[in-house]
Amino acid sequence: MKASAFSYARATSVANALELLVAYGDKAKVLSGGQSLIPAMNLRLISPELIVDIGEITELRGIAVRGGVLRVGALTRHVDLLRSPEIAAYAPLLTEAIAHVAHPAIRNRGTLGGSLAHADPAAELPASMVALNATIVVRGQARERRIAARDFFTGIYETALSAQELLIGVELPIAQKSSAHFFHEFARRHGDYAIAGLAAQAIVRGGLFTDLRAAFFAVGDRPILAKAATKLINVGVTPTVLAEASATLAAELDPQEDQQASAAMRRHLAKILLARCVSALLGRPDLTPGGTL
Amino acid sequence: MTAAMPISLEVNGERVDAHVLPRLNLADFLREHLKLTGTHVGCEHGVCGACTVRVNGEIVRSCLMLAVQTHGASVVTIEGLSDSGEIADLQAAFRDRNALQCGFCTPGMLVAAQDLLRQETVPDRERIREHLSGNYCRCTGYQAIIDAVETTARARMGRKP
Repeated sequence: MKASAFSYARATSVANALELLVAYGDKAKVLSGGQSLIPAMNLRLISPELIVDIGEITELRGIAVRGGVLRVGALTRHVDLLRSPEIAAYAPLLTEAIAHVAHPAIRNRGTLGGSLAHADPAAELPASMVALNATIVVRGQARERRIAARDFFTGIYETALSAQELLIGVELPIAQKSSAHFFHEFARRHGDYAIAGLAAQAIVRGGLFTDLRAAFFAVGDRPILAKAATKLINVGVTPTVLAEASATLAAELDPQEDQQASAAMRRHLAKILLARCVSALLGRPDLTPGGTL
Repeated sequence: MTAAMPISLEVNGERVDAHVLPRLNLADFLREHLKLTGTHVGCEHGVCGACTVRVNGEIVRSCLMLAVQTHGASVVTIEGLSDSGEIADLQAAFRDRNALQCGFCTPGMLVAAQDLLRQETVPDRERIREHLSGNYCRCTGYQAIIDAVETTARARMGRKP
């Protein structure tokens, strides 16, 4: 189908975009890369009165490393993330995650900020932000807010962002020497949304996790930072310890059922992902269920 | 602001000035306004890949880009790639390998395949599959398409000094 009629404004600056958003409120939609917004408009799932195109605001583009923090502008495209040596060096989880996002033609347009503001619970980037303990920076006319990624995502396509605010960028702590990461998702076809997925960032010292942030996606209404992971920190992981963590994980998840998978299947896949993550990051093939990836 | 807006862009090397409604997507602009009907419109929500074109040197879904967003851009469609001879060998390989039947997906396939071949000299079959994963073909079963792209890559490699 075709999108219904709308007005279009090409924002010239962040301040200009915010003026438009304040004037139109939730009747306006921000157009970044458009790879989720335009399909939704073409399908007439949404019919905004005004499109605020922020594509030309160059200050929102780019990747920089300063003072132990990796800053990524909201308009940075998936393809830019994928090819960035800074991202590969300081947040390699993201490099790996991006390869699972859709297809090249989509990654050439889709942006980090767009993906985060859209907040699809099956998307790779929101979960990666939660795993990486990112700070999401949003700006309104009165003030700038800095929101921890785990508090930013509040439901299906819902975030802490108000209709009068613009997502400016994210800040990521840079990976430490002993940092390790794991990313995997189960999808029917390459580039599809995941049936279940896991983005994890860990610190491993002497064969033990001293930190493990395991963010599951497509198994709830938002990325889920598994509390079960705390059971694996600073302990020698035996099959029994892993089984306990796995049971805790199954209990804390409340996955949806849809045409792709039942809730039970999603729970099962999440447990498999956790076990494979632990096995891979600790270098313990003995903990791998159902063969290697 | 719902009124038509002026845009100025380059399409297949020629300057185009037009007035377009904001809701008009690039695929429809190319097809309806410029009569460049080689760009096909399949799903209209970014899934099938039939509308793939090149914008500023990179492939995009023209159904997921508004015509107003192409102001100042350079767009190359299948007609441009075909007329310039850039993909003559790839097109010949598609014919030779029966990599098309109904032909609906072919323009998008060619644009996406050429994008890969410009980035990598000899991609393996897995890379070809991955790069074309966003382009659906409902006739060929893909094997012949992968064959054609692989054959072209090898032939181009052989031609290099």
